[in-house]
Amino acid sequence: MSARDDVLARVRRALATDEPSIGDVPRTYRQRGDRPPGDPALIDLFVERLTDYRAHARRTTTDDVAGHVARAISEGLDQPGRDRHAPPRIVVPSGLPTNWLSATDADVIPDAGLTVDELDACDGVVTAASVAIAETGTIVLDGESDQGRRAISLVPDLHVCVVRTDQIVETVPEGVARLDPGRPLTWISGPSATSDIELDRVEGVHGPRTLHVVLLDG
Amino acid sequence: MQIALFVTCLADTIFPDVGMATVRLLERLGHRVVFPTAQTCCGQMHVNTGYQREAIPLVRRYVDGFEPFDVIVAPSGSCIGSIRHQHAMVARNFGDDALAARAERVAERSYELSELLVDVLGVTDVGAHFPHRVTYHPTCHSLRMLRVGDRPLQLLRAVAGIDFVELADADECCGFGGTFALKNADVSTAMLADKMRNVLSTDAEYAAASDASCLMQIGGGLSRLRTGVRTVHLAQVLAGTVDRPWEVASWS
Amino acid sequence: MVMIEGGPFRHDADPNTATAPRGVGHLRGDVAFPTAARAALTDSQLRRNIGKATGTIRAKRADVVAEVADWEQLREAGRACKAATMARLPELLVQLEERVVAAGGTVHWARDAVEANAIVVDLVRATGSDEVVKVKSMATQEIGLNEALAEAGIAALETDLAELIVQLGDDTPSHILVPAIHRNRAEIREIFLREMPGVDPELTDEPRRLAMAARTHLRRRFLSARVGVSGANFAVAETGTLSVVESEGNGRMCLTLPDTLITVMGIEKIVPTWRDLEVFLQLLPRSSTGERMNPYTSMWTGVHPGDGPQDVHLVLLDNGRTATLADEVGRQALACIRCSACLNVCPVYERTGGHAYGSVYPGPIGAILSPQLTGIADNASLPFASSLCGACYDVCPVKINIPEVLVHLRARHVEERRASRTVPNAEELSMAAVGWVMAEPRRYAAAQRAARAGRMLAGGRGRIRSLPPPLSAWTASRDLPAPPTETFRDWWARTHADDDRSDHTSRASSSDSGRHTS
Repeated sequence: MSARDDVLARVRRALATDEPSIGDVPRTYRQRGDRPPGDPALIDLFVERLTDYRAHARRTTTDDVAGHVARAISEGLDQPGRDRHAPPRIVVPSGLPTNWLSATDADVIPDAGLTVDELDACDGVVTAASVAIAETGTIVLDGESDQGRRAISLVPDLHVCVVRTDQIVETVPEGVARLDPGRPLTWISGPSATSDIELDRVEGVHGPRTLHVVLLDG
Repeated sequence: MQIALFVTCLADTIFPDVGMATVRLLERLGHRVVFPTAQTCCGQMHVNTGYQREAIPLVRRYVDGFEPFDVIVAPSGSCIGSIRHQHAMVARNFGDDALAARAERVAERSYELSELLVDVLGVTDVGAHFPHRVTYHPTCHSLRMLRVGDRPLQLLRAVAGIDFVELADADECCGFGGTFALKNADVSTAMLADKMRNVLSTDAEYAAASDASCLMQIGGGLSRLRTGVRTVHLAQVLAGTVDRPWEVASWS
Repeated sequence: MVMIEGGPFRHDADPNTATAPRGVGHLRGDVAFPTAARAALTDSQLRRNIGKATGTIRAKRADVVAEVADWEQLREAGRACKAATMARLPELLVQLEERVVAAGGTVHWARDAVEANAIVVDLVRATGSDEVVKVKSMATQEIGLNEALAEAGIAALETDLAELIVQLGDDTPSHILVPAIHRNRAEIREIFLREMPGVDPELTDEPRRLAMAARTHLRRRFLSARVGVSGANFAVAETGTLSVVESEGNGRMCLTLPDTLITVMGIEKIVPTWRDLEVFLQLLPRSSTGERMNPYTSMWTGVHPGDGPQDVHLVLLDNGRTATLADEVGRQALACIRCSACLNVCPVYERTGGHAYGSVYPGPIGAILSPQLTGIADNASLPFASSLCGACYDVCPVKINIPEVLVHLRARHVEERRASRTVPNAEELSMAAVGWVMAEPRRYAAAQRAARAGRMLAGGRGRIRSLPPPLSAWTASRDLPAPPTETFRDWWARTHADDDRSDHTSRASSSDSGRHTS
């Protein structure tokens, strides 16, 4: 008998003695929040939760998105020890709106299958997002062309993420409902962190150590 | 009201004052206490040590003895916890569904002392007088099996003359745990040490609780270290009045 | 009366149940819990480290749980979802396999640790790589995968900070979430200075500096890794989606950068539908790290062309899980989502740490899971390593009634031991004797009178300070009051003699005689 058949047979035998009933899952928990996506109170909550996890957030409109992205890049890279004379190298996914990058003086490198080492030579990444969840301060990337493959938002040390305010939902169930499980999904809540030393949280380990979120109204 | 007392084997044998205080309190409130003499033990120690087979006669004895009564009280959160959450299970595990059904019905009428006073009799001020500094250990089974919440504290706060002081980390176990105190005596003692540290930091004269078993553990440690702090059951705190104080015997 | 022989407690006697095999993996300790605990209790540094860390996380968890108004509804949904999953496990496993394969992945089945290790070794060998990067995974710890890989000449690099601390320190994990919880910052600094090649000799014990040292140490290895090995927090049967919940980004590195990804997952990690994640992604982070959401959660479904590993494997592991599933009461342990909230509130765990449990699954959940995976005889002391205080049940995000299962496993242990021996041991004899005495009020009263002889053991102040074994375990640290001169029932007979007569009258008149047959 194959291991597959054997394991399945064992599972069936284990359940045969009492045939446990398959109850319905009571979904009496909150399915959705009180406010519609993009509601100003939701945006405030999202910003509060982001900053609570030491992410940076700024709000802008379509007119000034490029300026805010440029400032997010320069602030995000304003780290001790970084060579400020060389222009920063910023990787972007192929479908990112080009007008978002019109104000930065960085070297913008579109991802056309960069190697891992080439990504490692980049200082930052700018992406869009798929969904944001206000209550938990979470953004989700789904590999769409304005977000790119997973590696580009992982290897560079700065992640600038542009979230349209109408993408912000209140609760986790609303976020899950908007996602396509067939896509590669990355849920991001603040910069990388660890609680492994005395269960005390410190930000910044292997993933991007700095996360800037640009909230784009309208 | 007629109230049947399940005194528990530990109170009966080692801490009779707990039973006497319960009787005096309920009689003072105008109720008639009956003591079915056929009672012995709820069987909790057997069940919690793995000896369910041996517990069956004890379950049957409890059900037989208390089935005729509408209201039953025990001055122990853990014994009532066992009656409510274990008796029917044990009977069912050994194929006695009829006993299980009877046990469930008797369990519904069995109350821990603070539940009886607050929920059934509807009193929080029982007219007690206890002019001492007292802290309270709420006991795990009262808190988490019975969910008595702050009922004991409501009762204590209404006592005249009491100087009540909150206990730090009150909801943490004292380390008794029945045969756990013997099988894992070292861990049990480590837990007791922290409970005693919290009790001592209150500067209380008395550490109160609603379970003779936890009091035996905490009191055993406090006595061994000659701390001078005594343990007292909630029933004893509530039993005395200005005219007729309850004298807390030092152990024994 | 009909009594079923042995009651529901004879699982291990069933030749069809397959527990986790001996000699492989990390589910069994060398010594019984009380002995291991005794040593741990004397380790002041360990006591301080664990006490401080669990205190910190308890407060954080309480805060973020308190802000969720529907927490109890979420717990109930989580419990019900896992219960329904177990009831439908055969079809869900087949469905998961179909969906993973349809999405370009390969599914392997392993009866036990030996088979799972062999599958992973073969898969790594086929890539030609002699190194793998690993995401923290309880399943691979359980089966001893790192040792199996080492025997095959393959280096396994743990990348989670706490796992790295454990690996560099040649130590064993002591907590489900934070395997190095028993180490403080000063000890971690020492381990890094000693074991991390090229580490900055000026390294301080500031947590941020320590985390940066780990980043530098692992960076090149991540970027050049060809094979990643992970566990999975959840597998969605209807979509074939696997998920890893983490904090540091080491998980994303292992799941994204290598060409080959091998995931080892217990068969109980399934959830039926995509929507079920909306429950568990709320329950897990708040229960585990005390965060509203953990920094990173990755979800992948088979192979995503042009994105991440293009050779994706899933190893489905039994290793005693079906034996656990066969126990109607004990199977709820399989609902565990490995948050470790029960460890952090456990007064026993807080004082002994995780090593005393001897298994990779310590604490309250370990005390009910390890003995079921191995068979109780191999972990017989664990179900007794609890005072049954119930704090674990209160915080469990999927409402596993751990005290109930502990009590159940104690009975299974007693019944199995009884069935395997003809001569009862001392405990069995004394429990039987006490039960016999207590079953009959006359015997009970006689025993009380006999106990009064115990007054002779007491000193002048009515306290017993020393008793012979096994009661010496009590008097080693605690006094015992001497039995009183008068029991309660004697006092009652003396003071309420008249009441007793009326009591009998009352009972005879008020009770249905039929209810008295026993």
